[in-house]
Amino acid sequence: MTGILYAAGIYLILRRSLVKLIIGIVVLGNGVNLLIFLMGGLVKGQPPIIPKDSHHIEGIFADPVPQALILTAIVISFGLQSFAIVLIKRAYKVLQTDDIDAMNKTDDIE
Amino acid sequence: MIENLSIFPILGQAIVAVILLFFWRRPKWQRILSIFGSSVNLFIAAALFYFIYEHGTQTTQLGNWEAPFGITMVADLLAVSLVLLTNIVGFVLSIYSNANMVSARVKFGYYAMFHFLIMGLSGAFLTGDIFNMYVWFEVIIISSFVLLTIGGRKIQIEGAVKYFTLNMLSSIVFLTGIAMLYGVTGTLNMAELGRVIPTIENTGIVDTISLIFFIGFGVKAGVFPLYFWLPASYHTPPAAVSALFGGLLTKVGVYAMIRTFTLIFPLSEMNQIILAVIAIFTIFFGGIGALVQKDVLRVFSYLIICHIGFMVGGLSLFTEVALVGAVFYMFHDIIVKTTLFMMGGVFFRIFGNTKLYNMGGLMNNYPRLSLLFAIPLFALVGIPPLSGFWPKISLFGASYETGNIIMLVSFIFASLITLIIIAKVWNDTFAKKELETAKLKQLKYFDQFDRREKTAMILPIALLIGVTLYYSFFSEHIQIVAERIGHDLMHPETYIKAVFPSKN
Repeated sequence: MTGILYAAGIYLILRRSLVKLIIGIVVLGNGVNLLIFLMGGLVKGQPPIIPKDSHHIEGIFADPVPQALILTAIVISFGLQSFAIVLIKRAYKVLQTDDIDAMNKTDDIE
Repeated sequence: MIENLSIFPILGQAIVAVILLFFWRRPKWQRILSIFGSSVNLFIAAALFYFIYEHGTQTTQLGNWEAPFGITMVADLLAVSLVLLTNIVGFVLSIYSNANMVSARVKFGYYAMFHFLIMGLSGAFLTGDIFNMYVWFEVIIISSFVLLTIGGRKIQIEGAVKYFTLNMLSSIVFLTGIAMLYGVTGTLNMAELGRVIPTIENTGIVDTISLIFFIGFGVKAGVFPLYFWLPASYHTPPAAVSALFGGLLTKVGVYAMIRTFTLIFPLSEMNQIILAVIAIFTIFFGGIGALVQKDVLRVFSYLIICHIGFMVGGLSLFTEVALVGAVFYMFHDIIVKTTLFMMGGVFFRIFGNTKLYNMGGLMNNYPRLSLLFAIPLFALVGIPPLSGFWPKISLFGASYETGNIIMLVSFIFASLITLIIIAKVWNDTFAKKELETAKLKQLKYFDQFDRREKTAMILPIALLIGVTLYYSFFSEHIQIVAERIGHDLMHPETYIKAVFPSKN
């Protein structure tokens, strides 16, 4: 699943349309989040809370760190994606095109 | 008080930025407050630097969670030196912005974003947690997006699209690296990682992860196959913004590389070769790219890339002397590149644009200014005794000692090509006869500035040139600092010991 998301994301980024570029970045971002989630290990276990009468947890428990990481990553990517959408709208208005191949003015040797 | 010292630079910038948000519609107040806030922060950073220099590495455990469970902030000498330089640059640029930034842009929160960006930079330098570093990187890029697009000219938006895409991509790659690293080691604290990684038997996966990190940081730093966003976007925003970007943003990538490849993944032989090859290509492509450009800001952008090669090359040699050279070069480069882009802003005000073929006659019309501007240009080439010369001694010496002759040749090539480029820039802007060009009506030219605006434009440049001259004539001070940093980098035990005082 992560692999599919990565592949799709990279494919979309390589397309010429601006909108597809953004969608590609969103898809890739989700792929990463899923990867972090997987790296924590998917287990059916208890919540990671230490009981009152002992110092450590017995048995299998779910790792809370990846979940905290994903939460942070999701919030950050949400902010960036909303910025990106405003940016492409603006770019379309100013440049009158959504074709990335037409955006080569900043690379002219003039 | 003392144990929280290492978060003060971050906190200081955050407070300034938040206060500035309250003065959203009052550009004049924002200008004054920004200069005041920057000077206070400069003082804090200098105090922190002095403290660390005297007492050694300090750590702060955020929320009092013991490492490796909480987020650790580690103020070692490399980090605080970079924070100090960041704050110096921030201070001079907040003066420079007075002349360079029109009020309309200030009203869209330019200064607040400026301070948030510096906060992000300080955070990225000081953090001791790899995921926290990712978060600071995001703080940096989101504020840099805003700074890049503020004003919304056509070319800016176009540059921003490229800048945005590649930086997003690099963050995603970086995050992938973090995910895999967590999967392998189960920790994200950099000092803990430095202890755990050598015990992992499967070195293949460690090398793979380290290369994923290298790609992520490489986009930020602008190394060879990944640099195309840099010359496409750095010349588009106003000079104050590109000076900030050119001086500091790529250096964060280099800093992250130096940190991860000394502390977390000490370079294996294969990685050393990969880094060396990339450094050499970066030097060649950056240099040759700069040679053909006709816009002075784009020339400077390519020179950034060329000189990133020096630092990555120094890292790839991976001896103490080479790291001393790389670190010293980074210190020098931050100051000089900022100065160059600020000079670009002055050129723009004098000539109305920054094309080399439209300029000329600066030496006749502004002789004192030309003399001033000659210093950073020569320092960039590394003509002794100016600052670019000293780190090159270490770098050349290290590449000779390790027998890496190709690296030595490409360092010499880079110095030579920089000389050629600077000679060309000098010829076109200063020495050539003045051209008759039609003046733009809506632009306020340099000779129309009043005294205050002229001072605001030239004083910061003069201040940074003062720093360059300090590097040049008191280079033994910098060398001592760089040698201590190099020693610490090659002996990561000291870093680990500072984070876990009880366990060793």
